[in-house]
Amino acid sequence: MPVESVFPRLEPLLPRVRKPVAYVGGEVNSVVKDWDATDVRWALLYPDAYEVGLPNQGVQILYEVLNERDGVLAERSYSVWPDLEALMREHGLPQFTVDAHRPVGAFDVLGVSFSTELGYTNLLTALDLAGIPLYSTDRDPAGGTWYPLVIAGGHAAFNPEPIADFLDGVVLGDGEEAVLAVTDQIRAWKDAGRPGGRDGLLAALASSGRLYVPRFYDVGYLPDGRIDRVTPNRRGVPPVVAKHTVMDLDEWQYPTRPIVPVAETVHERYSVEIFRGCTRGCRFCQAGMITRPVRERSITTIGAMVEKGMTASGFQEVGLLSLSSADHSEINEIAKDLADAYEGTNTGLSLPSTRVDAFNVTLADELSRGGRRSGLTFAPEGGSERMRKVINKMVTEEDLIRTVTTAYSSGWRQVKLYFMCGLPTETDEDVLAIAGLARKVIQAGREATGRRDIRCTVSIGGFVPKPHTPFQWAAQCDHEVVDARLRKLGAALRSDPGYGRAIGYRYHDGQPSVVEGLLSRGDRRVGRVILAAWQDGARFDGWSEYFSFDRWAACADKALDGEPVDLAWYTTRERDRDEVLPWDHLDAGLDHDWLWQDWQDALSGAAEVEDCRWTPCYDCGVCPSMGTEIQTGPTGERLPAGTRLLPVLNVS
Amino acid sequence: MAATRTPPAPKGPPPAPAVQHLLVTYAKRGRMRFASHRDVGRAFERAVRQAGVPIARSAGFNPHPKISYASGTQTGVASEAEYLTLALTVAQDPARLGAALDSGLPDGIDVIEVREDSGGALNGRLTASEWLMELPGISSDAATAAVRQFLAAAAAPVERLTSKGVRRLDARGVVLTMDVSLRAFTGYSGECAIIRMVVRHSEPAVRPEDVLTALRQIAGLVPASAPAVTRVAQGVVGDGGLAGPVGQPVGQAALSPTAEHKDVP
Repeated sequence: MPVESVFPRLEPLLPRVRKPVAYVGGEVNSVVKDWDATDVRWALLYPDAYEVGLPNQGVQILYEVLNERDGVLAERSYSVWPDLEALMREHGLPQFTVDAHRPVGAFDVLGVSFSTELGYTNLLTALDLAGIPLYSTDRDPAGGTWYPLVIAGGHAAFNPEPIADFLDGVVLGDGEEAVLAVTDQIRAWKDAGRPGGRDGLLAALASSGRLYVPRFYDVGYLPDGRIDRVTPNRRGVPPVVAKHTVMDLDEWQYPTRPIVPVAETVHERYSVEIFRGCTRGCRFCQAGMITRPVRERSITTIGAMVEKGMTASGFQEVGLLSLSSADHSEINEIAKDLADAYEGTNTGLSLPSTRVDAFNVTLADELSRGGRRSGLTFAPEGGSERMRKVINKMVTEEDLIRTVTTAYSSGWRQVKLYFMCGLPTETDEDVLAIAGLARKVIQAGREATGRRDIRCTVSIGGFVPKPHTPFQWAAQCDHEVVDARLRKLGAALRSDPGYGRAIGYRYHDGQPSVVEGLLSRGDRRVGRVILAAWQDGARFDGWSEYFSFDRWAACADKALDGEPVDLAWYTTRERDRDEVLPWDHLDAGLDHDWLWQDWQDALSGAAEVEDCRWTPCYDCGVCPSMGTEIQTGPTGERLPAGTRLLPVLNVS
Repeated sequence: MAATRTPPAPKGPPPAPAVQHLLVTYAKRGRMRFASHRDVGRAFERAVRQAGVPIARSAGFNPHPKISYASGTQTGVASEAEYLTLALTVAQDPARLGAALDSGLPDGIDVIEVREDSGGALNGRLTASEWLMELPGISSDAATAAVRQFLAAAAAPVERLTSKGVRRLDARGVVLTMDVSLRAFTGYSGECAIIRMVVRHSEPAVRPEDVLTALRQIAGLVPASAPAVTRVAQGVVGDGGLAGPVGQPVGQAALSPTAEHKDVP
């Protein structure tokens, strides 16, 4: 039976909300399929505003992967701003997809991509608006109402325990193959007459190892509040659930038909992931730890994807994405050949994530050749050499000065430097060292160019220890200390009149990081805090205009009343080696002993960890346990010379 | 590296000169009426790139494609008569280019016509617009009475809240004609009167919403939900009607100097 569009009921509300175009869909390359011609249907929710969610690579990839299959339908949904939420409640409108404006509750699966834990309350809003019971255990009514399977993915899903009660399942790791495998299992279950109902389907998905189903695991606690153990509560369910890893990214060339938003969004470019994974070994970096090993796309695949993606979109900029794009084995060739191909077309090329020590003159030239210079951001992360050693981000001051000199000499007037505050073992001096560094950067720029209009912006945020990293045991720095250091740094940056106006300063307050810390390393008891905060009105917690620390602190007090744990226990408490961590039954492949040793090395200032792409394996454990291997070039290939990758309208 | 370097100048020859100007008439309809004028501009820039249009560019480090937009309808207001001009470095067949452009635009931002043009500024050629306002829940009789009262008024002072504070405008003086029409674009079910009017462009502009405010103030006209507003034509006020930017007759409204309103047929 066709599912009707809610658009006729939504349309009269749109003149009354901000940014209505975000809700209308109809973007170039969006897909609307015939509902009745498909038998497995996914709603893909990005739990943040459309302007943030639309460019998300994960959603765009899965949208294309799923819609390419016959009989499979995928539509996108995003969080609605509170003004529309209020109107939807008043008029009884459900959470909808932007593609065909179908109610999310009518789909087989609601896939939710979490880039950040601060989207958890938005999940609850979407479920509630969709009419889906918040607790997964309430979705099995005897009456037979079908609710979508609520399945989470994305980096934050590597510790889904705080939202475990609200989820039916979790996909760990790369989604491309996993969503297709889940799709096949759902179809097989439907074809077989839905054996066992919802529970039967979840059991089959859990037994296959494709899906972590939280309700099939019981969590026991010790009297002091720590976890005693996490145990499967039914047969056939693996005691530890492993992540998915896609090998050979050249076989998975998505997205090729990027969705082109009509609304203004945070990134307006065709993004191609030039490799996945990172083995630089920065100890704070969850992304680098959970996406191993490094798997490069070849230069020729990248060229082909860019050609298709730019032709299909008309974007003006190509983003070469990865966790550290200048580390691709053929980055100079990629940048040069793409710049050649787009010469004269006013196309920009950007490397959103570039290591200080991997940037070079070739890249500087190629990135600026189109006459367009997108922003240059480098992330030394730590202000002092000592600090950078603790976090294993081994870029020296000389690296930084050399790199910014190259950038300023190539015509950039402004670079942005990103740092963290509240890192393990950090002192005031480590943070104040950032001011000295910033001055040297300006000085180098002035010397290299002979100009005074050189600028640098220092951007700094609070560090949040993340699961599956060597810092997963660390005490998070409390927000008072972070804020005090940020104030001191601000004063230091402004103290020298010769540099005051050349150095910009942007910082994030410490309080949101504490809540992010609670949600990052929390266990299932934190779910009560999330529910309480949401009931109290928490929405869009990643947005400072909506975030309320006081609300979260009060809700944590209330929801954890009577438990031996509280907000500080989850955040500023250091864990010891033997503590069972809430995510220990979720396997990113990292060896527990290796992680612990790396944590100890951080504290003792022992030798740095090199990158296993260029030095022998350092036994992090991922490749042997996951059956994967590093895939890097160089391939020695080049993009065909003289090709024009943009269509040329024939002269009439 | 202590050597002093001056920033590199843009490489290559100066931008190619424009050899042809095209006037594009386009619509912003359906759900795309919620796009802002900036949104529409971005969509066209991408469509121009996607179609490989040999667009002329400005000089400098950040060359801009030479696309000139006539002022657009506000977010939420549809249009069947928006205009922009393209400056091209290689002459193109207008019809073919229009089709190529249209294929890169989202449905609802639709190219209606492309024709060769002098390249002159659009503003002087677009001095008035014809609008349709569909008013849910309003009967034709009520609309007719309200139109009569509005036209009888010497002035209709209204206020509108803008980002720069409260603006005071006269919504009556720029309204050249107003009547009640039966032509509908969005098709509300139920009672829904349609007011048609021709409004002279002014600075600051009087928008259809200002006229609606005046109709509420003067005649107590309050639609049940947000009115759907569509610009149906744009041009210069001439004998008997609006003339489009290249002199073609556009719109439906008769513009005799004595026109007040026509009764519903």
